[in-house]
Amino acid sequence: MSGYLNLFIASAFVENLALSFFLGMCMFLAVSRRVETAVGLGLAVLVVQSVSVPLNNLIYGAFLAEGALAWAGLPDADLSFLALITFIGVIAAMVQILEMTLERYFPGLYHGLGIFLPLVTVNCAILGGSLFMADRRYDFAESVVYGFGSGFGWAVAIVALAGIREKLKYSDIPDGLKGTGITFIVVGLMSMGFMTFSGIQID
Amino acid sequence: MSTAMSMRRAFIDPLINENPITLQILGLCSALAVTKTLATALIMAAAVTVVITLSNATISLIRNHMPRHVRLILQITIIASLVIVVDQILKAYAYGLSRELSVFVGLIVTNCIIMGRAEAFAMKNNVRLSVLDGLGNGLGYSWILILVGSVRELFGSGTLLGAEVFRTVSAGGWYHPAALMLLPPSAFFLIGFLIWALRSWRVEQVEPEEFAVLPAVETGEAR
Repeated sequence: MSGYLNLFIASAFVENLALSFFLGMCMFLAVSRRVETAVGLGLAVLVVQSVSVPLNNLIYGAFLAEGALAWAGLPDADLSFLALITFIGVIAAMVQILEMTLERYFPGLYHGLGIFLPLVTVNCAILGGSLFMADRRYDFAESVVYGFGSGFGWAVAIVALAGIREKLKYSDIPDGLKGTGITFIVVGLMSMGFMTFSGIQID
Repeated sequence: MSTAMSMRRAFIDPLINENPITLQILGLCSALAVTKTLATALIMAAAVTVVITLSNATISLIRNHMPRHVRLILQITIIASLVIVVDQILKAYAYGLSRELSVFVGLIVTNCIIMGRAEAFAMKNNVRLSVLDGLGNGLGYSWILILVGSVRELFGSGTLLGAEVFRTVSAGGWYHPAALMLLPPSAFFLIGFLIWALRSWRVEQVEPEEFAVLPAVETGEAR
């Protein structure tokens, strides 16, 4: 059990997708002006990430990994080079299904997430999460924890950045640094802050 | 506008005036993550330039045959296929570097510059212009990557492309490596400062203030 807890903490804080792997940066910087929108996007990423990583894990294990097609009589086949195109297809399809399901059964949540769901398809954090999962050979249970943890970490990071940027708009910043420049520097400082988590281990 | 001039603009503009990283703020994931050493930055820059040029060319070639509703899926499929080719070539000829880049080669698929240029430029312009635009954006992205990569490697470990420039203390020299340069935050700081420098030179790129601070007004009683 403590193994999974450690994996959660590592994926959410120590190896935060946004702050130490720079994934999903475009949206991280573009959609962090206000806390409310950041919460919406963070939730969308959390939901999509926790579904898509385990799903891709199953597909990867059953069809794509080296020797995975042994059940079909093809023990030598190695389709792992197709992982990339499969993952992006799965993610795009899943976002679409998720959108329709939410609209039908949870209209409140659907309107809360709004335009962010389709945008999440092209968020590198989502594809990156699946690629890391394949690269590190997580099993199914680990991939569930990893998907949730990394999505959670990304959401926390963007909400925190939005909080800082809301306060930042009252400050007097040198002309060239306004907007993007100062945001980069703030994110750099946050990234340093998150690095202090790196020693945490739970036994 | 004459053709020669629009061709020049398609190529030159993305280098500084419309730079994908500092002004359009696209494609940052890879820009920050692979710049720890100059070698990975160079490989990444080359990979992205090749993919964006070819994808712009392909998409512009078939732009009139694409139904509007499925164009995004078609674009992603074209880009993903190109990226798989690049990834396989890297694995075959530069295995060590491709391990070091790990998932970031794959992430070129979701690099917003490529989708962005496909959607904003290649869908509307002819093949020749699209190739130039792709090449220009690729190079605009490359020079920032190479600059950040050189600074981080030079000050972080005293080497350039693995060759020693500053002899470090641990090797008996004088240079104390700045370990911060090898850590993720330094990439953010460097790009932040780079944007500051560019915008002090090109003042028209400064973003307008959302909430301007009014200048202090002297009233009669506050003396």
